[in-house]
Amino acid sequence: MATITTAVARPKASPRRRRHGTAGALFIAPFMVLFLLLFLAPLGYAAYLSLFQEKLIGGSTFVGLDNYVTALKDPQLLKGIGRVALFFVIQVPVMLLLALCFALALDSGLLRLARVIRLGIFVPYAVPSVIATLMWGYLYGPDFGPFAQISHDLHLPAPHFLSGSWMLGSLANIVTWEFVGYNMIILYAALRTIPAELYEAAAMDGAGAWRIAWSIKLPALRPALTLTLLFSVIGSFQLFNEPSLLMKVAPDVIDSSYTANLYAYSVAFISQQTNYAATVSFILGLVIVIVSYAFLLTANRRRTA
Amino acid sequence: MTTVTPTASTAGTAKRVEPESRALRRSSAHRRSTPLTIVMLAVLAYFLLPLFWLLIASTKSTQDLFNSFGLWFSHAPQLLSNIKATFTQDDGVYGRWLLNTVLYAGVSALGAALLAAAAGYGFAKYRFRGHGAAFNLVLGAIMIPTTALAIPTYLLFAKAGLVNTPWAVILPSLISPFGLYLMRIYAEDAVPDSLIEAARMDGAGELRIFTTIALRLLAPGLVTVVLFTLVATWNNYFLPLIMLNDPNLYPITVGLSSWAAQAQNGGAGASSDMLALVVTGSMISIIPLVIAFLLLQRYWQSGLATGGVKQ
Repeated sequence: MATITTAVARPKASPRRRRHGTAGALFIAPFMVLFLLLFLAPLGYAAYLSLFQEKLIGGSTFVGLDNYVTALKDPQLLKGIGRVALFFVIQVPVMLLLALCFALALDSGLLRLARVIRLGIFVPYAVPSVIATLMWGYLYGPDFGPFAQISHDLHLPAPHFLSGSWMLGSLANIVTWEFVGYNMIILYAALRTIPAELYEAAAMDGAGAWRIAWSIKLPALRPALTLTLLFSVIGSFQLFNEPSLLMKVAPDVIDSSYTANLYAYSVAFISQQTNYAATVSFILGLVIVIVSYAFLLTANRRRTA
Repeated sequence: MTTVTPTASTAGTAKRVEPESRALRRSSAHRRSTPLTIVMLAVLAYFLLPLFWLLIASTKSTQDLFNSFGLWFSHAPQLLSNIKATFTQDDGVYGRWLLNTVLYAGVSALGAALLAAAAGYGFAKYRFRGHGAAFNLVLGAIMIPTTALAIPTYLLFAKAGLVNTPWAVILPSLISPFGLYLMRIYAEDAVPDSLIEAARMDGAGELRIFTTIALRLLAPGLVTVVLFTLVATWNNYFLPLIMLNDPNLYPITVGLSSWAAQAQNGGAGASSDMLALVVTGSMISIIPLVIAFLLLQRYWQSGLATGGVKQ
């Protein structure tokens, strides 16, 4: 969070301002009350629940960190976290690289129909992930998906988008389709705030288009890239909607612990182990916070170095 | 994949630089590149292909979905009867889902934006005991994944009797730590201290200053926060899925996925009518979103500019 905190410049509190302090506290009160009730209370409750176990005899018993010990040895949870980590390592670089290329292409001024292209790439973000997944699920399908139809007409074997070895790639494609445009717009918006004088100066020094992209545009994009990366960490590790919907199409490939979040859901609502579900949620949240901080710290160190 | 939404302030920042720098850049790079345009048009085709398929598919009966080529119309297009069937299935529950979605997303977005604006203004323009601690607490929460909170929230709401009511979906969406962060940055610049002082001299109360002066100056930032919360709530699936079990309360995402599951269980064969309804229902529900996006896109871009620049 270091990056963001430094962002907010701290104006010095003048005595005059302090006099109106009570009014200030009243402005933030509604937000803070709801924040306490809807953010901190569930968090605290999850932490509390994770320390207990429902026993057949004796009801709810305090078990200390037993649930965490179980969770850290739980092959299903570890497999789920491992899979979303793999997904993150493969899908996010591809998605951000594409978004970066598209943003640079749009900003280069070399494109015809630039506005149409920009809006067209952004439009999938307007499609709820549930509908995007239903749609791609049908497109992937062996019965009436156009890919299967075309390969059938060409007497080729149909691509197995929904098979075990292709599934992670098929999921990555859906998520990429949904979010490339969103990330592209963040990067593009950042590119457009670069002052024109920089380009003029660079051109006067004889820098070509590639040199300008490398030496001026990329460094200027660093904060925006950090932001997109951060949101991608949070999104990838929480992966739920896409696999949970494709599970209905390919139940043999996606089981109830395919991603960590699917596992938390099934522990809570299918096997109804409340305490263990709280533990799993807590661990998943912790993993996300740690990975996010790790990225922020490296991004900050690079910038100061 | 759930998104947390960047956004924020200064509709001005992006625009201010725009006219002259654009013009200058254009003049230096006057030529257009045809190869690059062709590559990007191919990229565009990839992004629009699924939507094109959906549009075509919504004109087909379930049989035609199986028997005709997916990327072109069948011999007997029947968009209107598909739409009618979608709205009459299960006593018109589809219309309820649309209304529920509008209600949940609308109330959440407006509420979240107002709460964030008041608190962001409070943090930007006042100093009080616990100021820094409270702000850092909220900032730290930006990274807490909403889905990790959803299950404990469900358990708490179950105890409070809120599960299976609209509140179960609306209340958790009212708090947007990122929205607060952005509104604070926005308020620092958009509402001048001198203006507040002048209003005080004139004898205006603090609340009156906020509602009559500050809120108006904060409007562009508010629109951005409204948009982001609106999309996040509109797209929400996990939260309503666990909170609601009465189909009459479902938003469109949960409703359509329940129909999709029925279509799947019906064997997904050509005999099941549900499939055409799922496809047509998906198509209808994204039309208002796509139109709203295209109309409001300048807010997205200007809002996103500072989200990504000011760090």
